[in-house]
Amino acid sequence: MKKSVFFGTVALVALVAGAASASTLDDVKARGQLICGVNPGLTGFGAPDANGNYQGFDVAACKAVAAAVLGDPMKVQYKALTGETRFTALASGEVDMLARNSTWTFGRDTELALDFVAVNYYDGQGFMVNKSLGVSSAKELDGATVCVQTGTTTEMNLADYFKSNNMTYTPVNIADDAEGQQKFLAGACDSYTTDASGLAASRATMPNAADIVILPEIISKEPLALAVRHGDNNWGDIVRWSFYALVAAEEYGITKANLEEVAASTQNPEIRRLLGLEGDMGKKIGLDNDFAKRAIMASGNYGEIFEANIGASTSIGLARGLNAQWTQGGLMYAPPFR
Amino acid sequence: MSDTSFVRTEMLPPKPAPVSQVGVVKWMRENLFSGPLNTALTVFGLLVTAWLVQAGAPWLIHGVWNANSLTECRTIIAERWGPEATGACWAIIRVRWNQFLFGFYPVEEYWRLFLTFAGLFLALAPVLFDALPRKLIWGTLLYPLVAFWLLWGGPVWGPVGVLVGFALMGLAFTRLAPKLGVPVAAGAGLILAAVVWLYAVGPFESAMQSVLPLALPEVVSDKFGGFLLALVIGVTAIVVSLPLGILLALGRQSDMVMVKALSVGMIEFIRGVPLITLLFTASLLLQYFLPPGTTFDLILRVVILVTLFAAAYIAEVIRGGLAALPRGQYEAADALGLDYWQAQRLIIMPQALKISIPGIVSSFIGLFKDTTLVTFVGLFDPLKGISGVVRSDMAWKGTYWEPYIFVAVIFFLFNFSMSRYSMYLERKLKRDHR
Repeated sequence: MKKSVFFGTVALVALVAGAASASTLDDVKARGQLICGVNPGLTGFGAPDANGNYQGFDVAACKAVAAAVLGDPMKVQYKALTGETRFTALASGEVDMLARNSTWTFGRDTELALDFVAVNYYDGQGFMVNKSLGVSSAKELDGATVCVQTGTTTEMNLADYFKSNNMTYTPVNIADDAEGQQKFLAGACDSYTTDASGLAASRATMPNAADIVILPEIISKEPLALAVRHGDNNWGDIVRWSFYALVAAEEYGITKANLEEVAASTQNPEIRRLLGLEGDMGKKIGLDNDFAKRAIMASGNYGEIFEANIGASTSIGLARGLNAQWTQGGLMYAPPFR
Repeated sequence: MSDTSFVRTEMLPPKPAPVSQVGVVKWMRENLFSGPLNTALTVFGLLVTAWLVQAGAPWLIHGVWNANSLTECRTIIAERWGPEATGACWAIIRVRWNQFLFGFYPVEEYWRLFLTFAGLFLALAPVLFDALPRKLIWGTLLYPLVAFWLLWGGPVWGPVGVLVGFALMGLAFTRLAPKLGVPVAAGAGLILAAVVWLYAVGPFESAMQSVLPLALPEVVSDKFGGFLLALVIGVTAIVVSLPLGILLALGRQSDMVMVKALSVGMIEFIRGVPLITLLFTASLLLQYFLPPGTTFDLILRVVILVTLFAAAYIAEVIRGGLAALPRGQYEAADALGLDYWQAQRLIIMPQALKISIPGIVSSFIGLFKDTTLVTFVGLFDPLKGISGVVRSDMAWKGTYWEPYIFVAVIFFLFNFSMSRYSMYLERKLKRDHR
């Protein structure tokens, strides 16, 4: 009897392993759900709302991919991942893709066996100070105490920046953003440093926001990108082009509202290819030709997603900056759909 | 008789005791100002208290309950108490309390949580209070499966199948124990049940479901959070770790080399590693050991490792109790002709456990508080996980103390009750033989 248990287990393992070796696309379709790794608590980018539904800029990327692949933006299972668990969760197959404000770096791209498919937000590290400090540039922060999150690239960037400018600082270690904000307001540090988007969100909620300035220097490049596992290039293509469909849609003025209208009337061959009216773009990546249309319908084009979650009209109030279209002086540049 | 007397004929009325020897003054003299050191400490303590009250009281008094965002709280406080005033914004708790308690469990299914929670007390009652009828213990044994079904939902036939496995295990054990002895019978029962669970429960569930569909809407583990998660992990680990700890403690004292080596190895390994390492093992490393694509529920993985962690500590606490028993107790049991398991059940364990009560309860309280560490593997514990989610809402970003205070108060209620119960139990079991 024990033998049969053993063989049964072996057979089961082989069966499971066999099923898993199919492509990610097949897995997602068979499951009927996209498993998306997200940040459970980053203002504007990803967090469950009062009803427990995930909302945010990164979350919208998951919805677009789910809409493109499965035809329904709601068919996403969100997996809350911490800074420590995110890459292992992706590598071990617990999630299908990562939309969790992860900086694209050489080490992560190569060593960790990830593929960063597209940058969805260009961020950078900045400093926040109280006006009463009388500082107007980060270069004047010599000798300051700085609140900084431990164990992050932020901490290393800070050390590099002060070293290269021959300045000294005293770090005040904090564990998370809430603590940083609290310490900064209580006067435990002269300056608080983190990603500029985070600084803007924090500043917007401070009682004395008018007294707080964000210094003009951005001391690091933080291209926050969508990531997939190494080794399934077709799945990487799907995520990449679902995202670029949103960027291209903004460039060509296609919104959630006018999508059908544009589709009915446009003569522009690039738009016709994007919307699946000509050629067979979708078929080439294993989807149907309407995939881009559905991705855009999920939560609108890139600009609409930006405005709805973190843009000037929200209380976070981020400017487009580097994230504007290349035609507007930004870095958002979708390769041609051809 | 002369009428001159040198003796008083009536008593003087008693004088009141000196002010310094009665009431409050005496108590204060003896307890607060009995010497220069104590006087200094008292004054220092009073100053600290005054400073704390001065710093904290206005903040608490200015607290606002009815608002929809932190900014609104601030406006209300500024209107009522002047522009410089600070105050607590309890509105965050009023608006989001359900997430602190239940995580993201669907609102329309909350009744299941209430039922499970009420059932927990019913199930615990016969264990905690021996005045209740003993038959109730069957309800207690059934409770884990009922709770599992209520919390996670799905067809009722899965838990029923698991129950059948347990019944078979019990049957095999009672049949085999007289012939083969306790350990072998238990092992055989376990193997039988494992076979049933692995191979029969699945088909049984789908077959029965097609005949008689009886299911609750399924709630996936991702929806669990807050105190619901802390209680699921904490209660399961507490309940399972006690018997496991007893077995490990006995194994450590065993004369059998293998049993002893395994028990010692496990206890020492688990106690030698921080809990957080085990949690990372549960969430990260296990994924690499298991075949790719296997989805083995994260909460289940965490519960298993937290249980093992607690069991190792409990085992050592109980070993302390065993060591405190005089050798004569063991010899008396032998003299009565009891076998090993009878001696443990009737003589050794009741005494050893009684001695270990404070240590066991301390371990349980520590374990319950340690459940907040699951935040590091991406589960929503009430302290950091849910607080982080709530604070990332633009409406509440910037609140700091309020969620912590709320969570701390609830933890205190749970742990204080556990502590009081253990004191009650100690008083009840006191035999005054020392």
